[in-house]
Amino acid sequence: MSQATLRIQKISGHAGSVPGEDTQRGLTVCKLIDTTTCIGCKACEVACMEWNDLPFGETVFGNSYQTMPETRWNYWNLILFNEHERDDGTLMWLMRKNQCMHCAEPGCLAACPADGAIVQYTNGIVDFQQANCIGCGYCITGCPFDIPKMNPKNNRVFKCTLCTDRVSEGLEPACIKACPTGCLHFGTKEDMLDLAGKRAKQLRDHSNFPHAGVYDPPGVGGTGVIYVLHDATNPEIYGGLPKDPHIPFMVKLWKGPLKWLGNVAMVGGLIGLFVHYLRYGAKAREDEDINPGGAKS
Amino acid sequence: MTNGWVDIKNTDMMLIMGGNPAENHPCGFKWAIEAKRTRNAKMIVVDPRFTRTASVADLFCQIRAGSDIAFLGGVIHYALENHRIAKEYLLNYTNASFVVKDGFKLPEDGLYSGFDHATQTYDKSTWNYQEGGDLSGKAASAKSGSAQAAKPAAASSNGKPAPPPHLPENIAYDLTLQHPRCVYQLLRAQYSRYTPEMVERITGIPKDQFLKAADLFTSVRKDGDMKKAATIIYAVGWTQHSFGTQIIRAAAMLQLLLGNVGRAGGGVNALRGHSNIQGATDLAGIFDILPGYLKVPVPADTDFKTYLERITPKSSKPHVWDSWNYWSNTPKFAVSFLKAMYGDAATKQNDWAFHYLPKVDRNYSWTYIWDNMYRGIVKGIFAFGMNGVSIGPDSRKNIEALKKADWLVVGEIYPDETSEFWKSPGINADEMKKIQTTVYRLPCAGFAEKDGTFVNSARWLQWKNAALPLPGDARVDQEILARIFLKVRELYQKDGGKFPDAILHASWNYTNPLNPSLTEVAKEINGKALADLEDPVTKQQIKTGQQVPGYAWLKDDGTTSSGNWLYCGSFTEAGNLAARRGTEDPSGLGIYPNWGFSWPANRRVMYNRASCDPDGKPWDASRKQVWWNEAAGKWVGNDVPDFKADSHPKDHMGPFIMNPEGVGRLFVPLGAMADGPFPEHYEPIESPVDNPLHPQQSSNPVVKKFKTEADKYGTAKDYNIVCTTYRLTEHYHYWTKNNPMNVQLVPEPFIEVPAELADEMGIRGGEVLKVTSARATYQAKAMVTKRIKHMMIDGKKTYQIGIPIHWGYRGIAEDEGKTALTPANLLSPTVVDPNAFTPEFKGFLVKVEKA
Repeated sequence: MSQATLRIQKISGHAGSVPGEDTQRGLTVCKLIDTTTCIGCKACEVACMEWNDLPFGETVFGNSYQTMPETRWNYWNLILFNEHERDDGTLMWLMRKNQCMHCAEPGCLAACPADGAIVQYTNGIVDFQQANCIGCGYCITGCPFDIPKMNPKNNRVFKCTLCTDRVSEGLEPACIKACPTGCLHFGTKEDMLDLAGKRAKQLRDHSNFPHAGVYDPPGVGGTGVIYVLHDATNPEIYGGLPKDPHIPFMVKLWKGPLKWLGNVAMVGGLIGLFVHYLRYGAKAREDEDINPGGAKS
Repeated sequence: MTNGWVDIKNTDMMLIMGGNPAENHPCGFKWAIEAKRTRNAKMIVVDPRFTRTASVADLFCQIRAGSDIAFLGGVIHYALENHRIAKEYLLNYTNASFVVKDGFKLPEDGLYSGFDHATQTYDKSTWNYQEGGDLSGKAASAKSGSAQAAKPAAASSNGKPAPPPHLPENIAYDLTLQHPRCVYQLLRAQYSRYTPEMVERITGIPKDQFLKAADLFTSVRKDGDMKKAATIIYAVGWTQHSFGTQIIRAAAMLQLLLGNVGRAGGGVNALRGHSNIQGATDLAGIFDILPGYLKVPVPADTDFKTYLERITPKSSKPHVWDSWNYWSNTPKFAVSFLKAMYGDAATKQNDWAFHYLPKVDRNYSWTYIWDNMYRGIVKGIFAFGMNGVSIGPDSRKNIEALKKADWLVVGEIYPDETSEFWKSPGINADEMKKIQTTVYRLPCAGFAEKDGTFVNSARWLQWKNAALPLPGDARVDQEILARIFLKVRELYQKDGGKFPDAILHASWNYTNPLNPSLTEVAKEINGKALADLEDPVTKQQIKTGQQVPGYAWLKDDGTTSSGNWLYCGSFTEAGNLAARRGTEDPSGLGIYPNWGFSWPANRRVMYNRASCDPDGKPWDASRKQVWWNEAAGKWVGNDVPDFKADSHPKDHMGPFIMNPEGVGRLFVPLGAMADGPFPEHYEPIESPVDNPLHPQQSSNPVVKKFKTEADKYGTAKDYNIVCTTYRLTEHYHYWTKNNPMNVQLVPEPFIEVPAELADEMGIRGGEVLKVTSARATYQAKAMVTKRIKHMMIDGKKTYQIGIPIHWGYRGIAEDEGKTALTPANLLSPTVVDPNAFTPEFKGFLVKVEKA
């Protein structure tokens, strides 16, 4: 992907300083999803597939308008449909566009042991570099939103890139471009928070949503994708959006106080690997396109 | 639409009913969201299901399919009782004060005056205004006088049949609105029966919820304030009933009562279901009109003069008021149309070739075509851009009809249910051999492979370019049609025929006759001068052969041609205005005067004179559309005034210039509607209850059932569940089921079933259900949902289910064996609205079982 204008801010499994650290910082970008004006039309789903050249996949009827139960390694943007009865007996049909939240403190990145497999650019985008991915799946455990998914064919993990290729060229992500109602917005985090805050206030003042608010969870340092919710006190009703997401304790422990243990294990592993190589030789590489986004690079 | 998509952003209040725009018009729906976001506009959604649109509404009411008139009548009643009406608008811009003839009777028993049980039709002579003048405050003495006025309609003294009734030239009126037979009082009487309790019994909407909706919608006229505007948005959820046109009438009346027509953010707005349905209607894709909504000739029109006399209305109004009666220009439009059709072959001497036009002797609408084919009368059919089997109603009858046809020509981009009717489920190999229909399949071009215009719901002509070359042997429609036409013409030339003139003399002056360019066709539709012309007022001149700048230039002396007067001005000497893409919007009202071309005359909001008070000042200074400029002595504005430019407000010309009265019709006189001057609630032909208003006349009295053995109608005894059909945003009709992307989004058909019903029946989501109507059985998986709840209809617990229409027996899911191969319209009944002849796809009866 074209990353010429993107500068790395955080990097997974990397010893020493972050490449480009302390140089000029860009503005943090942010997607705003106003669930109160989303109509679940799935234009964002289609735009995501088309822009990223994601292959078609089988789906099955699941007693819902939702395309599939959860995101897939090759389906990064999924609207979750949920029927919810309010206390006054009225019905709500909640539609929430689900994808990578691009956390400021990404659990996936913290959990990832592979050098450079997950990076966070200075604009906040968290991006997986499949070429560096070792297929350990720790990022999946590390994500409090259950977003990254592994391609079982090549053991590489994929998720929404926030269209880094578009954003680095000054374009909005494909989902934003396709949204017909304007429930999706894209801009700096500051601007999006401002817009979201105003919309939430409008909902509190003029609609029957006294608990309307903005979802930007501090447990992961805030997110690069924020929501306006009809009821910000109860995000779980939107298909299990966690109320207070955190990086899992074990990931913190493993990447923090116990990191030395991992290093010892890694050295041991390397020795084992070398012995294995001496004995069995190199593994034949499967020649297949492992990167569904590659065609647009 | 009276208004337009973008204009919805100007509204303060939306009633969305009989439509699900978030589902079916997601791009246009952005303007509804915009109104909510920027104006805090309220959205009321009334639908049989809690839809995608309902998910963003402020208030949702679940209504029983087919009870919309009861709801709207109830809102009219509420508005009248609570004085939530636009009094000045009502008095000056509607026929509220007009006095109706003595002898006119409201349908307390389900029938208006004049019903003939033998023919199931109305003698509409009492559905008329009384002749006379100002009866203001003279209500008491009016009765005797009017009784005499009613008599002449019966028979004339010399034994000849009475002339057809016509509107009186000088209409009697009562500006105090007290006369017992003035439209306002009749309206009050008519809807006094539509109490909240009655609305609840018929619609299933609990009284308190209905009152909430009625209060919210009419709140725009609280305390007589005229600043706010409310819009009504609907689609085929209203038209597809055996009383569909009357539902829309009810909406129009409510909007007139509230003074919302003609105003930014107001109007009655039909959302068209295809990119160019509006264009198809404008260009007469219907049997009973010619392009530009000219009435089609009938056998009684023995010559052009007789025809014009029949179809050209005469002004009819209170003498003290003025009426432009724009349809008085009909002869100019008709002659220009004939000149476009037949060129030099149309002369004054031969009545402008009027005799070349077919005379419509009976009903040739959709359902009748298939019925005639079923009965062996129609021998062949061209099916272009439509899938007749899947569309239905009663797909089985259509399949049987095609079996009996000699030939079928299908122009499509995919193999579809119609072109493969002979493979439909239930036809075995032996039976297939017996089908003698010859099927021709022609590969057509898809929308992105063709240029031309789309006319959207907002009446905008928007030119588009072809994005892709034609694949394989595909041809554009006009080439296929041209080649067929020229071949037919050749046969007439060679072999003669019963009536070759209309074919031989049809104008066909295209650079490439075998494949006419749509630019040339667009120019022809706009029309041109056939002689040098000069405007008598402005002295502007146009030369022979030049494009006419607008329909005001059209003449009835053969010096102009125009294929459709409404599109006049769309392709002028300035070029193709439909191709314009100017994004300037100086007023901020979303008018975009330099984007495309909005008929008529590039006007964005119709009847916009009514956006001003009688003195010509906008009701709302923040949404100024047009206004009277005293200094200039004319109407000016941000939009093109829909009015006689120099008509001074004190002349009191009515803003509804297409009506001979000049005013909006709360009461529709004479023959404009087949089933009554006011909408009355009738039950669908298949209904779970007898009409609570008049059980003895439950359904629409003028609706006739079809009579072949294929036409079966069910009753509540055998079929206890109300069924409605609709589309999904993920699919486009019977088309995208061939496209993997769409199939991934919604892979297979389903039936939406209320969770309560599922519990009662022990059904879980994903289980296959069998839905049976009097016609056929449909099978698909159940989608169990809380979004449809049970209803109490006249005290009876009633359920509704919903079926998306997209699947059949050709497509990815079908080919993979994922479905039962049953088109949804196997279920729907062959019964149509008596005005527009639209089938009743919404609200018929079924029963549901586990498969």
